[in-house]
Amino acid sequence: MVGTLAVTTTVNGQERELHVEPRMLLVSMIRDLVPETGTHLGCETSSCGACTVLLDGKSVKSCMVLAVQANGREVTTVEGLETADGWHPVREGFKEEHTLQCGYCTPGMMMTSVALLAENPDPSEDDIRKAISGNLCRCTGYVNIVKAVQYAAKKQQGLSV
Amino acid sequence: MLPSSFEYVAPTSVDEAVQALAAGGVDAKVMAGGQSLLPMLKLRLARPNLIVDINNIVGLDTLEESDGMLRIGALVRHGHLERSELIRDRYPMIFDAAQRLADPLTRNRGTFCGSIAHGDAAGDWATIAMVLGAELHAVGPNGAVVHSAVDFQTSMFETKLGADQILVEARIPMPKFGQGSSYKKIDRKLGDYATAAVGASIVLDGTTITEASIGLTNVGPLTIHAADAAASLVGKSIDDAEAFEQTAVLAAAISDPVSDLRGLAEFKRELVRVLTKRALRTAGARAQATEA
Ligand code: FES
Ligand code: FES
Repeated sequence: MVGTLAVTTTVNGQERELHVEPRMLLVSMIRDLVPETGTHLGCETSSCGACTVLLDGKSVKSCMVLAVQANGREVTTVEGLETADGWHPVREGFKEEHTLQCGYCTPGMMMTSVALLAENPDPSEDDIRKAISGNLCRCTGYVNIVKAVQYAAKKQQGLSV
Repeated sequence: MLPSSFEYVAPTSVDEAVQALAAGGVDAKVMAGGQSLLPMLKLRLARPNLIVDINNIVGLDTLEESDGMLRIGALVRHGHLERSELIRDRYPMIFDAAQRLADPLTRNRGTFCGSIAHGDAAGDWATIAMVLGAELHAVGPNGAVVHSAVDFQTSMFETKLGADQILVEARIPMPKFGQGSSYKKIDRKLGDYATAAVGASIVLDGTTITEASIGLTNVGPLTIHAADAAASLVGKSIDDAEAFEQTAVLAAAISDPVSDLRGLAEFKRELVRVLTKRALRTAGARAQATEA
């Protein structure tokens, strides 16, 4: 039996000390220990992107990272998009453009979109479609997801939407 | 899906990592990006007793040219190559592959060196390292070891990297004057493994081909070095369409694909022929552009 390891990690701006088995996946730490359940677990095999979070600002699949690997690093989940002064532009975009049906893919889609807009504030439709190519949606057909990202991009640039 | 239990260490220097790996014995595994290793752990295709995580080692994320070589450290992620101006401007073949490899999330985590060390013939980087003549620098208990990328893979998921060695850096010779390279991949969808892919590099003196190198991805149990096909081009003119066709036929003949969900073996072999010509044509055009 392998013991647990202490992990000090910042989740959505809050420092946490957690004890995890080395084999625990980051997604399980987030959902079961933190616990914040906005991050979804879909395929668990790197196919769907429902588990997408930001690790030190980079979008990653949290089912493809060990929980211990968050030690000393910063994790942002969909709950971290909550801001004191209103809705995050990506969240607003997803609402305004009717971007979810079952909503299962949505947290992952949102985190991927946040990472995209941080790097590329004014993405083309092609850029958006490439950026979300690791996130599967079985409901919407993606059209409104692309619109939501475009909405958020405009909003972030201070343009009218 | 939970991996079986393992001990875990995350050393901060290569020396410590090598020691930890040696202490863990033959069942210890190195983890860089983990994007191939973690699925194997979850499916319990691999059950290491110890994971040596190299992500906390400072200085392994070097991506720069020095002493005539492009150095790609063990922690250089696919996404780093995809976003690098140096790669875009000077190593178009690497840039080609970085755009279509897995998906952006996986690219933020997976590494160039890890993909090569994984020893999977479906990996794009092993082909590129082979075509560009990369040196693979490893460190083991007896010090530094250099492997050649050309004959690195020995069987499916096996390479010359010793169980006690860590691949710390790939070094690729800087492009020569008149060199062009290209990587052409056909996949079922963006992010899939190649149904077939071909990498090619050409060096030109005026319009004469003085060097050529061709590698094939996912059309056999090993990454394939199409040496005879490439050699048949040397001395030929860049405008010799017949020579290109002959080379492409030779490349297809040496490929050894199996029929699977990505297509029939005959189809994949035909892809190799067509992609070889396309890769050579693009490499040739790029070579001419560097001469201009
Ligand atoms: S749950 Fe992680 S990619 Fe599907
Ligand atoms: S809204 Fe149902 S999977 Fe995307």
